[in-house]
Amino acid sequence: MHPVELIGVSKSYDKAEAVLTDIDLSIEEGEFFVLVGPSGSGKSTLLRMIAGLESITSGTIRMNNKIVNHLPPKDRNLSMVFQNYALYPHLTVEQNILFGLRAKKVDKAEQQRRLKETAEMMGLTDLLTRKPKQLSGGQRQRVALARSVVSEAPLCLMDEPLSNLDAKLRAHMRIEIRRLQKKLGLTMIYVTHDQVEAMTMGDRIMVLNDGQIQQIGKPIELYNEPANLFVASFIGSPKMNMGQAMIDNQHLIIEDTVNLPLNVAEIPQVIKRKGITVGVRPEHLLYAKPEEANLFLEIINVEHLGHETLLTFEVGTQLWTAKWLGQWMLEVGQRVPLKLLTKHISFYDSQSGQLMQAPLNKSQLEVVAL
Amino acid sequence: MKDTAVILSDEKQIDVFKAVKKQKLVRFLKGMLFLMPSIVLFSLFLFYPLGRTIYLSFFLTDGSGDPTVFVGWENYLNLFTSPIFLKSLRATFLFVLYTVPGTILVSLFLAILANEKLKGIGIFRTMYASTMGISVAAASVFWMFLFHPTIGWLNQILQALGFNSIGWLTDPQWALLAVSISTIWMNLGFTFLIMLGGLQSIDRYLYESADIDGASYFYQLRRITLPMLSPTLFFVITVTFINAFQTFGQIDMLTRGGPQNETQLIVYSIYQEAFMNYQFGPASAQAIFLFIVILLLTLIQFKLGERKVHYQ
Repeated sequence: MHPVELIGVSKSYDKAEAVLTDIDLSIEEGEFFVLVGPSGSGKSTLLRMIAGLESITSGTIRMNNKIVNHLPPKDRNLSMVFQNYALYPHLTVEQNILFGLRAKKVDKAEQQRRLKETAEMMGLTDLLTRKPKQLSGGQRQRVALARSVVSEAPLCLMDEPLSNLDAKLRAHMRIEIRRLQKKLGLTMIYVTHDQVEAMTMGDRIMVLNDGQIQQIGKPIELYNEPANLFVASFIGSPKMNMGQAMIDNQHLIIEDTVNLPLNVAEIPQVIKRKGITVGVRPEHLLYAKPEEANLFLEIINVEHLGHETLLTFEVGTQLWTAKWLGQWMLEVGQRVPLKLLTKHISFYDSQSGQLMQAPLNKSQLEVVAL
Repeated sequence: MKDTAVILSDEKQIDVFKAVKKQKLVRFLKGMLFLMPSIVLFSLFLFYPLGRTIYLSFFLTDGSGDPTVFVGWENYLNLFTSPIFLKSLRATFLFVLYTVPGTILVSLFLAILANEKLKGIGIFRTMYASTMGISVAAASVFWMFLFHPTIGWLNQILQALGFNSIGWLTDPQWALLAVSISTIWMNLGFTFLIMLGGLQSIDRYLYESADIDGASYFYQLRRITLPMLSPTLFFVITVTFINAFQTFGQIDMLTRGGPQNETQLIVYSIYQEAFMNYQFGPASAQAIFLFIVILLLTLIQFKLGERKVHYQ
């Protein structure tokens, strides 16, 4: 029994352009599920369809094995946090939190009990008499969360709840939301355009583009084996380095400028010899001693982040980035020796954009608990 | 060396001070230059006539409006002993009492209806707002036909339903009500449009959130729509209120203050006193009195409104 199940769900406006096509998806109980995609990909529409705020053109939505296509939002037993929080500006924090309970005529004593519990959990006890405009962004965010918590609905939907916060607060709230979800055992569907949020928070992620599912999987799976070029370029920061390539006589030629020796037997799933796009993660563009290097590139930009250094190179028409740990004092214009291993390269079909061969060597490291 | 340096910097500071002062002056003059057109227009058509009216209200005048005898407060004192003026004061307050709540309630109802997203709602919105485009004179003519004792539709409907016909504009009991009804109709377009605008500017997320929380339509209306609309409501109430005190056109067209001075609102009374009886002094006193009444009531409204209105 899944808390939410979508079967062949589609959405189009005015019978014209499809916003979402053929979405199949089941969400597990107690799961933190992230919908991620660029703006206009249909992720918010999908969430609103699950909430019942938007009608479904075709397909079925089930919740706990019951079809809910026809049910209004209030009968779906869920709560939702909106991007702009949707706090009532004329009501105090307390009235905002209790709005839903009062509307449903929940018993007064029960209201107070839940209010007290929630306010303590969210650290809002001292703010209950304030109006939303007297609160900071982070406090408003917590009121919005409290409103969702107080409803005690088992399913919580969030529509880009952190996009109005500054970077530092966002990082903090990511952890708070994640902790809250685990503590209360909520099933969460979380929409974001920020792949960092998706990677750090999700148990599973669904990448959406142009109304179509690109890939569903665990964050690490999406990072290690992006199913197509879109996911490859969307997940990861800095993004994966891409280049047009062909294989010629045991050599891989990238962007007509890089020539690497290659053992074709290592990549049995790559049958094509032309029309290949290769992808390399920035951390796999390694520094090598000149005698071990198989690639020399000229630096066109250096970014010092303190704990790591980002270097930008020009490869044909593409800009490639390398991410090296530590502080590397290098100058623009220098040629640096690099090592690029076949086992780190992903191979895509340029035409279909689909993955042909994932990197052979995963970045996963086994850690033995002490 | 050190001393000279200090003196130098002091001198510089004084220069800076002067320069800032000069800049402020230039900025002020520039600002006044931009305000000039409105200051000139307001002075010519508002401040000067107001001053002149106050001046005249202390005099008796000849037929051409020139002051002749200074009478002090007598013009004002006479107002409150004149039964006709007291009656017109009563009529004005009753008129305000009928038209302001009437206009607000009807247009609020229409605006809430027209705010629904339905097919062809544009037709209704246009229809409801259309009275805004009809002049008072034209609207009065419509209503004159509707109120007509024999061929008017209203009486024909009454008769068809088996009631006696009513002398809408001739019966002292009905005349003020009839004028109020036609005024409410004339006000509707404007107030409807402003309120619809107010309703549409309410964030739809608030309603969606309430939908998910399970709030009923009327609960949402009471707890979200009305409080969020309060600034618009306040504006509309104030404007309708002031307009009601200043009503003239429809009175002149429909009843000319009759029957038995039942519909003699203050502005019409001022008009009669000044341009029919050529009593510019007492007319000015009435005008100033009306000005003070509107000013005071509006101030009270603002004081009361502050507590109830939620500005975002």
